[in-house]
Amino acid sequence: MSGDGMANAERAQPVVTARAAGLVGCAECGHVFPVGAERCRVCGTRLVSRDMASLQKVWAWLFAGMVVYIPANVYPMLRTTTFGRTQESTIVGGVFDLIDHGSIGVALIVFVASVVIPVSKFIAIAYLALRVQRGQPGTASHFHLYEFVEFIGRWSMIDVFVVAILSALVQLNFVATIHPGIAAVSFALSVAFTMISANSFDPRLIWDAPREGTQL
Amino acid sequence: MISLAPFFDNSPEPVRQPLRFRANRLSPVARIAYQTAMTDSVSDLIACPKCDVLHKLPQLEKGAQAKCVRCGTVLMAPRDGAMTRIVMLSITALILMIAAVFFPFLELSVKGLGRKSSVFDAILAFSEGLMLPLSFAVAALIVVLPVTRFLALIYVFAPMALGWAPARQAREVFKLAEAIRPWAMAEVFIIGVAVALVKVAGLAQVTLGPAFWAFVGLVIITVLKDNFMCRVTVWQTLNARSQS
Repeated sequence: MSGDGMANAERAQPVVTARAAGLVGCAECGHVFPVGAERCRVCGTRLVSRDMASLQKVWAWLFAGMVVYIPANVYPMLRTTTFGRTQESTIVGGVFDLIDHGSIGVALIVFVASVVIPVSKFIAIAYLALRVQRGQPGTASHFHLYEFVEFIGRWSMIDVFVVAILSALVQLNFVATIHPGIAAVSFALSVAFTMISANSFDPRLIWDAPREGTQL
Repeated sequence: MISLAPFFDNSPEPVRQPLRFRANRLSPVARIAYQTAMTDSVSDLIACPKCDVLHKLPQLEKGAQAKCVRCGTVLMAPRDGAMTRIVMLSITALILMIAAVFFPFLELSVKGLGRKSSVFDAILAFSEGLMLPLSFAVAALIVVLPVTRFLALIYVFAPMALGWAPARQAREVFKLAEAIRPWAMAEVFIIGVAVALVKVAGLAQVTLGPAFWAFVGLVIITVLKDNFMCRVTVWQTLNARSQS
């Protein structure tokens, strides 16, 4: 184990994992117990050395997130009525509207939060899960990719909140009203599913060398 | 900020130098087995929850931080009065949340037409027809879950900050607070407000209400509070206090 571990450690520092030492570390609080212990005595979490079953959850939630992301882009996110004229705009359409209005900065924020981040999250999670399944030991950069995906997930909700605020605020009878479109629901679901997918991932799997069990 | 020494490293200070075995020439694995057998305890070891690397628990000064040697996850960060600060900040956040929900949030006016809206209106935006569940979700994300988290943290840390034994079920409640953490999205909401403001800025004049500033305060407090919390340290303290 140590050979693989060392070859892949970025700082080339020799490390011993709890698993290699015949111990189980608690994923919640880090306390260490002999293999076979069922629950952490400190925090009560069920002890699993490597949660291989987590990969199934990761894939299931990831696919669910990808599926509901499609209607989120096809159906309108906002229905704007100004002086009796109704206009529907999708996520990407909203970005183009913003560019037309000259607010490039906000257009960029919306585009990044609702297109770039979700799509790159799908790719990143799938990539990490595939690596684990193929038994490729990861490096610190793979772990940082995971940390980033986990951190950034919630920020995609921005678009849903923007729609909520606009719909609450812009209710000026005849002059202008804004109503949310059905895409808001599927977009919110997509973000939530992808967050669950990333949260289910056991990051300790990322580091493992092939020997350390990859059969699902 | 210091790095934790791997558990089998014999040198006293945190180092980034190659492994040295001072006395015995056992393999790391054998040494663990040996240590476990000799002390009948692995309580002075800690495995990084993110990458499983074993570390020896260091004696840290207040304010110092111990990070995992492999992945950089903060393992310990004891701070002076951290518990008191978490409780105080949570109470502040709760008060601000009450203000944020009930005071007017934003006011839009165009050609004499005006509309005040509160956070509550933003939640109710999705209340028509099929989108009703989204209303509940938004309510949960920006109000219910943050409030639950603040209450849970106060429940866990207030007795400990006062020097009492941890409250009943403190562990379960703290676990709940940690599970909610990614889903409490007050700060995401604030950025959403900023984006929405720019979107309507051309259309009408927008005035920021008191609730908006309450919410901004809430976000700052939340970020400050989370900086005081280190999960592993909290569990150690909880564990130590409930045993004594």
